[in-house]
Amino acid sequence: MSTMTKQETEDLIQEVLEVYPEKAAKDRAKHLTANDQAVDKSSKCITSNRKSLPGVMTIRGCAYAGSRGVVWGPVKDMIHISHGPVGCGQYSRAGRRNYYVGTTGVNTFTTMNFTSDFQEKDIVFGGDKKLAKIIDEIEMLFPLNKGITVQSECPIGLIGDDIEAVSKTKAEEHGKTMVPVRCEGFRGVSQSLGHHIANDSIRDWVFPKSEGKAFEATPYDVTIIGDYNIGGDAWSSRILLEEMGLRVIAQWSGDGTLAEMENTPKAKLNLLHCYRSMNYISRYMEEKHGIPWMEYNFFGPTKIEEALRKIAERFDDKIKEGAERVIEKYRPEWQAIVDKYRPRLEGKRVMLYVGGLRPRHIIGAYEDLGMEVVGTGYEFAHNDDYDRTIKEMGNATLIYDDVTGYEFEEFVKRVKPDLIGSGIKEKYIFQKMGIPFRQMHSWDYSGPYHGYDGFAIFARDMDMTLNNPCWDAITPPWKRGSADVAEAAE
Amino acid sequence: MALRQCAIYGKGGIGKSTTTQNLVAGLAELGKKVMIVGCDPKADSTRLILHAKAQNSIMQMAADAGSVEDLELEDVLKVGYQDIKCVESGGPEPGVGCAGRGVITAINFLEEEGAYEEDLDFVFYDVLGDVVCGGFAMPIRENKAQEIYIVVSGEMMAMYAANNIAKGIVKYANSGGVRLAGLICNSRNTDREDELIMALAAKLGSHMIHFVPRDNVVQHAEIRRMTVIEYDPKAKQADEYRTLAQKIIDNEKFVIPVPASMDELEDLLMEFGIMEVEDESIVGQKAEEAGAAA
Repeated sequence: MSTMTKQETEDLIQEVLEVYPEKAAKDRAKHLTANDQAVDKSSKCITSNRKSLPGVMTIRGCAYAGSRGVVWGPVKDMIHISHGPVGCGQYSRAGRRNYYVGTTGVNTFTTMNFTSDFQEKDIVFGGDKKLAKIIDEIEMLFPLNKGITVQSECPIGLIGDDIEAVSKTKAEEHGKTMVPVRCEGFRGVSQSLGHHIANDSIRDWVFPKSEGKAFEATPYDVTIIGDYNIGGDAWSSRILLEEMGLRVIAQWSGDGTLAEMENTPKAKLNLLHCYRSMNYISRYMEEKHGIPWMEYNFFGPTKIEEALRKIAERFDDKIKEGAERVIEKYRPEWQAIVDKYRPRLEGKRVMLYVGGLRPRHIIGAYEDLGMEVVGTGYEFAHNDDYDRTIKEMGNATLIYDDVTGYEFEEFVKRVKPDLIGSGIKEKYIFQKMGIPFRQMHSWDYSGPYHGYDGFAIFARDMDMTLNNPCWDAITPPWKRGSADVAEAAE
Repeated sequence: MALRQCAIYGKGGIGKSTTTQNLVAGLAELGKKVMIVGCDPKADSTRLILHAKAQNSIMQMAADAGSVEDLELEDVLKVGYQDIKCVESGGPEPGVGCAGRGVITAINFLEEEGAYEEDLDFVFYDVLGDVVCGGFAMPIRENKAQEIYIVVSGEMMAMYAANNIAKGIVKYANSGGVRLAGLICNSRNTDREDELIMALAAKLGSHMIHFVPRDNVVQHAEIRRMTVIEYDPKAKQADEYRTLAQKIIDNEKFVIPVPASMDELEDLLMEFGIMEVEDESIVGQKAEEAGAAA
């Protein structure tokens, strides 16, 4: 299959936009582009972080999702109250596969749903008293919790409940950290603002309390920021850092604890994996505590080696040697993986559409397997994400921001990828179109995909999906008449 | 006679609850079957009829019982003077929660429980001063109050409020059957008050249905938690409320109002000497600048 030229990609975008009303087409055109590595600033070719159009299928979440679901949810020894009606908490419960060690319901609580289950009377009379009571009950029933966060659902912001006052009073009363988070779902255009709000709540309600806390430092203290330990990602990352001689003093926030968060301002270097969701707090620690931060990528051996060396450069020779030792140690391991799977995956083309960092970070892992990412896009990125993406993607490949259901399907019909990596809502549509698909939010109930251990699983999963004999039983739509296409999409 | 649903609006403190209860007493005396629905978290719309401090409200009882579904109509519906039926929507104390949602919940509850299906001639909704959100517009939405009476006085802010309420009525008049039924002037003894309110009513395309003079007997009755008609049936003021009640029974002038523009309203106030002709030169001028100029 021949790769498209820039002109062909641009024509495709125009063609797809044609069905929209004029105003919608004009708006959506700004979110779609044919990649050009020569562009230095993505703002010249793509607009992002804008309100989605009404009437299209968008895949975005809300601010509550960004705070409760992403940033705070995985902090395992704290209890996160979904404050408001029951649905937000219940339907976001335990879906992200943030692995953790602990006894659920005793000293860890990540997969549980705590909610204030708002009723009419709570809306009318306000929920502050109920919140105070819930906190007291939590203290009685789950005494080993290390603190509580209050994750605001929409009504809290509408009725003006004073969750800050309740949190302050209860924090003093119980002598624990209580964090009010104003992540009402209607704020912002996507989950992205929820990440920011959650970061700010750590800055305002966690860090001030832990200032001056005793901490035995070493010169090799680093943190893992923005790794949510999905399927164990943070664990397979952590061992590499430890093997090269570093000490990981905190994981944010997969398998993370309040104490780790409190220790973070004592680190020598903050290592940032998901830039989008946690750059805010990293920048804050740089400004306030003088802690440098750097982005790294632990997907696929090429990027891992690059990252290990880049991290080691920030330390002494002992760590630099450690990095080389780690790289040497794992080379035969990943080489065996590449030798096994590359012949089965060589030349396959992939389209991605995911969230925070994966639309650019996974590209290297696919390339290590001889595959090419021919289209990528983010649900809730800002332009600094696209700045970083342009260099990773080949020229003339498709880049789509907040892609609509319609656009994604049309692009796929024309680009004809061999594999799609996106979310659960996209999965069955594309599978029914006869295209192999991986759910790249939760690793399709697999993982980890980070680190060398993760790469082995990643390669196996891609092969297992792409070369599954079931696809021979389905004819993809472009190999049939146009009448069948509609049928297949149904 | 078909059920007539009326809502009373007006600036806060203008005397909506007092006027409503007194005129409802007048209607009851004339043999009409009436229900008052208080739509104000203060829950003081029925105290003169029930001789009570504040009636148990729907929302308070729902909160105590668990939810509004746990209530029965007879729990919340109280009967007072002349068999007038009374309910209060109730709501939170100031500064918390959402009073507007309380009004919506309470009115939905009354409908579902069939409060309006009984043999009633009139329902009066006594609504909190300003229509600050959708909840307080609930009484004038589809299938609820069709007649709006605005209580007003000759004071400038009361008239501004009346005009704003007229704007709100226009919004709902176009989608439903709600109409402005008249202005009730609750006198504050300002100069040429009756003429002024008549002029305002004409401007809005409506009429001043009655001029209720100021009389201390209203306060005397109120501290005894009674309407004037009950406290002193022979008082001159009692007759005023009886007249108002009769005029409402006979009222057929229901209009979609034409709210006045700010300029028109100010012209009217200037005409009656309530507002000085504006001196544009002093706008934004500080005291010391004014002193220097003088």
